[in-house]
Amino acid sequence: MSPDSAATGIAAPGDAASIDRAATRLIALYRTMARIRAFENAAEIASQGGVQAWGLQTSAKPALVRGPLHLSTGQEAVAAGVCANLTRADLLTSTHRGHGHTLAKGADVNRMMAELFGKATGTNHGKGGSMHIADFSVGMLGANGVVAAGMPIAVGAAHALKIRGRPEIVCCFFGDGAVNRGPFLEALNWAVIYKLPVLFVCEDNRISATTPTAAMTGGAGAAARASAIGVPAQAVDGNDVEAVDALAARFVAEVRGREGPRLVHAITYRFKGHVSVDPGAYRDPGEVARALEHDPLTIARAKLVARGLPDDAMATIDAAAKAEIDAAMALAAAAPTPDPASAYTDIQNTGAGQWR
Amino acid sequence: MAVMNYSQAAAAALSEAMRADPSVVALGEDLGRGGIFAQYRGLQQEFGADRVIDTPISEATIMGAAVGMALAGLRPVVEMRVVDFALCAMDELINQAAKNRYMFGGQGRVPLVARMPIGLWTASAAQHSQSLEAWFAHIPGLTVVAPSAPDDNYGLLHAALESGDPVVYLEHKELWGVEGEVTTGSRVPLGSARIVRAGTDLTIVSWSKAMQPCVAAASELEGAGVSAEVIDLRTIWPWDRATVCGSVARTGALLVVHEAVQVGGFGAEIAAAVAEETGARVKRLGAPRIPPGYSKVLEDEARVSVAQIVAAAQALASR
Repeated sequence: MSPDSAATGIAAPGDAASIDRAATRLIALYRTMARIRAFENAAEIASQGGVQAWGLQTSAKPALVRGPLHLSTGQEAVAAGVCANLTRADLLTSTHRGHGHTLAKGADVNRMMAELFGKATGTNHGKGGSMHIADFSVGMLGANGVVAAGMPIAVGAAHALKIRGRPEIVCCFFGDGAVNRGPFLEALNWAVIYKLPVLFVCEDNRISATTPTAAMTGGAGAAARASAIGVPAQAVDGNDVEAVDALAARFVAEVRGREGPRLVHAITYRFKGHVSVDPGAYRDPGEVARALEHDPLTIARAKLVARGLPDDAMATIDAAAKAEIDAAMALAAAAPTPDPASAYTDIQNTGAGQWR
Repeated sequence: MAVMNYSQAAAAALSEAMRADPSVVALGEDLGRGGIFAQYRGLQQEFGADRVIDTPISEATIMGAAVGMALAGLRPVVEMRVVDFALCAMDELINQAAKNRYMFGGQGRVPLVARMPIGLWTASAAQHSQSLEAWFAHIPGLTVVAPSAPDDNYGLLHAALESGDPVVYLEHKELWGVEGEVTTGSRVPLGSARIVRAGTDLTIVSWSKAMQPCVAAASELEGAGVSAEVIDLRTIWPWDRATVCGSVARTGALLVVHEAVQVGGFGAEIAAAVAEETGARVKRLGAPRIPPGYSKVLEDEARVSVAQIVAAAQALASR
């Protein structure tokens, strides 16, 4: 697939004629990562004081973004590298940490930010917020508040595509914590026995909420477990967007070729706490500092500079991403709140109107 | 006596129980960090990782393993983070923990306490905001507890740990910071309600965080010339029929208020039982049958307000 497909919403820069094709693709991937980073940085600031947990109280001044905001900062290469290989019509299930997947799948950032602000113009009309962000119009079937819950849904969607003879595939993102829940096993097995068109992507940020996953996981992790059940799987540096892109391209081609499910085990790192108001003080500062040196955006920048691209080209991309998100913030702030009557819509038709 | 918040009161009770009885253990996600609401703070440091067990995100096995632990001589405290996540462990709770003693002819018992905080968690939307106490009250074999205050959380957690059978222990997601006097060394018997405020015109029964708007409503009603008696049920099953019916026999009217959806809520059981027993006028007030939305205006529609309680009480008292 072309990285400037409708799904990614990213276009090659006009001055790219002189740079090679790989660099052009990397620029597009960098732009997606920069947009995700800008989106989450802005949302993070807007969320302070908005949730009560970790013994914290909500602040007197209400946050613009209320509720739990799970940031994928540092993990952008996984979303960008995988989704660059999907079409708009492909389907995707996500985790509670789903802004990057949603944006990279082609969702409109204005509607995404409006959802985080709880506005009527949001992707979910204010009903879901960050943790349940979804944009079915681009095949994004939803972030999920329950670990591993997207996995059976993904195989079901793939099963439907197979039965209906459709050419699309399903991409199923899940975290490293999910491999210790039963639905992981059940969904992988299901995908194998029905030979379903699903690409599983374990976005391994190495921490389950606030507990290091390694201490909670037997064996060699997601890829080994997948191989044991018959799903071809491969690990990849999830902070190297080109490596993720290359592996995803190969696996997506196989899945699209109806060869059965595949699993990408992308190893990355969560720069932030479990939610935006969690300072993550339970982690070794040295580990975090080392991880920050392995920032996926920095890595991509260095590669592009090494290929002769001027550094200010990336600065221009960053500035454009920030401007785009600033505009989304302003639009979200000005957007109308939902009509209270809409609390009683989209529930069920039978019995509608009988609320008590 | 000591001033503690709701979270500290639970941690105090659990740490006392663990000191007194080496068979008491706790298991769940992120317990080593003190739990997501700090309700296990300091416990792993004191009792070690063998007794305050950090688990994988494996709700079914957390609950199922606790059943096995209980059958093999331990008294496990199961941490489910929130009741919404406990839905991933329903077979282990309902078919296994609750049935074991009866189904096997009384050969074993399952002394586990399953903690699963209920309630609306501000701006956390549909999958993190449920109150499911009526589900558990429906299941033979389960005791169901829902404390509203630090003192009760301390005394009821002790009582739950001592009960010897499965207890579904429903703290509230937004009560952790509430402070109050705690009578250390005391117990609150399971199945005993508390009259929070005396009154003569009607009885308001509630539990958990919904006690707060009920108490506020009673003050407002007093200004309007309506004297409301307010009862904190504290234990959902078995519920304190004697205290509630005794109160309603004096006041002649009952309003049950809860944060859970009104349809099929536990208020229906109380209202029906009280009507059968006393012939009094009864009324329920719970949330509309809608999922809580993320946006504040939508979420507010799913809340039971002080104004709604006042209106319902006035309608009942004037009938």
